[in-house]
Order: sequence, then structure tokens, then C-alpha cells
Amino acid sequence: MSPTVHVTTPGDREVVVTRVFDAPRSLVFDCHTQPELVRRWLLGPDGWSMPVCEIDLRVGGDYRYVWRNDAKGQQFGMNGTYREIVVPERIVFVERFNGDESLCTLVLMEAGGRTTLSQTMRFSTPDERDQALKSGMTDGMSTSYDRLERVMEEHRPAVA
Amino acid sequence: MQAAQHLDATFAALSDPTRRAILARLANGEASVMELAEPFAMSQPAISKHLKVLERAGLISRSREAQRRPCRMEPGPLAEATEWIERYRRIWEGNYQRLDDLLSEMKAVGGKPSTEPQGETR
Repeated sequence: MSPTVHVTTPGDREVVVTRVFDAPRSLVFDCHTQPELVRRWLLGPDGWSMPVCEIDLRVGGDYRYVWRNDAKGQQFGMNGTYREIVVPERIVFVERFNGDESLCTLVLMEAGGRTTLSQTMRFSTPDERDQALKSGMTDGMSTSYDRLERVMEEHRPAVA
Repeated sequence: MQAAQHLDATFAALSDPTRRAILARLANGEASVMELAEPFAMSQPAISKHLKVLERAGLISRSREAQRRPCRMEPGPLAEATEWIERYRRIWEGNYQRLDDLLSEMKAVGGKPSTEPQGETR
């Protein structure tokens, strides 16, 4: 049995990724905040490694990730700034990639030794971010993707 | 429309439950505005507004010939949106599988993270 990643799009500016882990959230938190651990899993498609992983875990602190395609040697990186840190349950950070900024919120909820992770990426103007932080935007995550899936399922026989 | 704007329009259109219900209905075949309005406690103009959003996003089309102007579902944008989500999901699936392995390793050593570097890059 392998748990699945759910991707939902509760609004036109948000993407939410959720996944359950069979581990207490303090461990899951460590895996997101200690460079030695981050570079062992946050790798994207096969064949990539993370030669640079710098994390300054405090409000206003920056992080920087650089990935490398081991076969082709090509590299790319991204960086960001931490805006809120609540060990071991919540991290809010701004992520910068290719000139785009997104506001990300990582929330870890633990129940019975298992941890539900939800990562919300909000692509929006920076001015709205503080409001968003206060609004508890991960609450009431909608299940539009599930619905989309259902629509697709119903749709398939109609076109086939 | 650019691909990204396209996706924006699709996701924006899909972010409303009434519009998703309309799409689900149209998945079974063409329908007129009146037929679409029937299951909802909503006026016909209100439904028309939703249809306009769906039409702008390319999720539905409306034929011009008949007086009835039935709405039809268009598969393109939905497929694009699903593909986009699926690509995204697959990358995270890979990452989180690796995180699973790391977590079981950490649990085995009592939560103490191992700091061995992976590979020769440091």
C-alpha cells in the first residue's frame, strides 16, 4: 500500500499538495528544515541531485536550493525567504523561481503517529500575503480536483 | 491565449461548484440553457453568467445555427488541466517516496537524522 499525493486547485491562484506519512511530524519537519535531510529527497524527477542546500531557518532567513542533472551536468536553482516558523507544525515562506514569486505554506498535522502534510502554493501578488497568512488559508481546502476527476470520468464515455 | 493563461482560465472556471455541476451535466450530452438551469435554484440569467465563464475558458461551446443554441462540452482544456496536475503530482510522488524511505530510516535510529552526504557532491 503506498499513500498517494493529492493535488487540488481550490482557487485559481492556489495549488495544494497533500500526503500522509507514517511518521511523527517532528521527523517530517526535520526532513524539511535540515539541509542534510532535504537534499536526500527533494530531488524531482530521477537523475537529479541537490549539490547546494542552504537553510537559514528563522523568520527573514533565506534558503537556497540548486539541483543538478547528473547525466547532463545542467543546473538550476531556486531560493526563498522564511516568513513564519512554528516548530514542528507550520512554515510559511516565499519562494522565488524564474522571476516568479509564490507564497507557500507547509502544514503538518499529526494523529496516531501519522502525519498529514499539506503544502499550499499561492501564486499571487506579495501584498496579499499577510492577509492570507491570517485567514488560515489551508482550512477548508476544497476538493475541486476530486470533482474535476469525476467530471473527467463522466466525460470519457461521452467522447469515446 | 498563452498556455499559462489558459490554465488560469480553466482552473478559475472550475473553482465554482455550479460550473462543475454544469460540466458534469454536459458530460452526458448537449443541453440548452433552460435544461441546464433546471436542477439549480437559480435564474436563467445567473446560469448564463456561469456559461459565459465556461465558454471563455473554452470548456464549453455553443452552437450558433439552431435557435436553441445548445451547450456542448469541449474536452481540450480539461485534458490540459488534468495533464498539468498529473505532471505536478508525479514529481511530488517521487519526492515523497524518497521522504518515506528517509523517515523509516530516521525512525529506525530513534529520530536522529543521519548526516551522511549523498553522493560526492557536497
